[in-house]
Amino acid sequence: MNQQPPSAQAASRSFRVAFLIGVGIMAAIDEIVFHQLLAWHHFYDRATPEWALFSDGLLHAAELLALVSGFFLLSDIRRQNQLLKYWAWAGFFMGMGAFQLFDGIVDHKLLKLHQVRYGVENLLWYDIGWNAFGVLLLLLGWSLRLKAKRTDRTHTL
Amino acid sequence: MEIPHNAPSLPATLLPAFLLLLILSFYFYGMYLLRRKGKSWGWYRATFFGMGICMLLYAFSPALTSYAHHDIRGHMVQHLLIGMLAPLGLVLGAPLTLTLRILPAQTGRRISAFFSSSLIHFLGHPVTALMLNIGGMFLLYLTPLFALMKHHMWLHYLVHFHFLAAGYLFTWSIAGPDPAPGRPSLRLRLLVLFISMASHAYLSKLMYVHLLPRHTTFHPDAIQEAALLMYYGGDLAEVLLAIAFFTVWFRRKINPNKLAPFVR
Repeated sequence: MNQQPPSAQAASRSFRVAFLIGVGIMAAIDEIVFHQLLAWHHFYDRATPEWALFSDGLLHAAELLALVSGFFLLSDIRRQNQLLKYWAWAGFFMGMGAFQLFDGIVDHKLLKLHQVRYGVENLLWYDIGWNAFGVLLLLLGWSLRLKAKRTDRTHTL
Repeated sequence: MEIPHNAPSLPATLLPAFLLLLILSFYFYGMYLLRRKGKSWGWYRATFFGMGICMLLYAFSPALTSYAHHDIRGHMVQHLLIGMLAPLGLVLGAPLTLTLRILPAQTGRRISAFFSSSLIHFLGHPVTALMLNIGGMFLLYLTPLFALMKHHMWLHYLVHFHFLAAGYLFTWSIAGPDPAPGRPSLRLRLLVLFISMASHAYLSKLMYVHLLPRHTTFHPDAIQEAALLMYYGGDLAEVLLAIAFFTVWFRRKINPNKLAPFVR
């Protein structure tokens, strides 16, 4: 049963589960590097609207659960021999990129939870850098996705 | 405002420790009885249970109690231990399963019948447990209850008991290994866990922003530090609870021919 060609279901599972982990890892990096180590981000700044605090709570919970559930689902796929490497890496980087972009646009700009850095004049450049990095991760994930599709095709032939 | 005159008396500090050690010795005695019957009981369960008891011993120790009386940071450490971390240890120790295994079958059936009753079913429902648990916290920190607690010793004990009982109930309803007849689906329990995590993060941010609880003599910096402790400490406890939840899911026997037994 393990010698079957990679199924479409295995591909999509590998991608989605790794996507979850990517989101969780990026959120953890944001929390550890930018909040704790560099202290660029603030836990709360006075520009944060009241309603954003609640949505922030929901987001925070989703990130933590993404990380925990992602690793359990990944182990589950592995023990069923359904893990496809390239699909998983594609999902991982796209998850990271998606979170980075979401954080840069929704959290920083729409919800105004906090900014990338405080006390700097050229905040725009920080924002551009932040989001450009997100786009870069998405592109990396996308190219891996193409590679995964090519690999699947050669396997099925 | 004066510092409240409710420094606990000696018996008040010794009583919890006595009760906790009594419970722990019952647990070990139960393990001993089970082994004498030739049945095994995992040491990891005993370790979890012992860790839960140790955390409670520390939380109710005179040192932490007196720190908590004059500093909200101390209170928050106590809260995290009593309401979140210790219950996880106790629940993972599966004390009810141990009890059922050593008791005669008939008594066991009576206990099982009690746990299948509609009252327990209602109380042990994750949504009820969530309301009791997180609802109690919103009540404590957003209303004058916290300030009142500082002036009435009985209220103080009641709040701590509520923390422990509601924390245990919630943890058990989400991820307990102990029998839970009619326990709702994994999907619902995951949703409740998600809401609990979000509400906990939201409440600690509210405390940080609005310097809650009100009508207290704590320094604003101390309140903000306590709120941060609650935020990150709560994260830790709830991630551990999520790991326990997913472990239950992961260890279920799966049919290797069928994909994705998970929530779909």
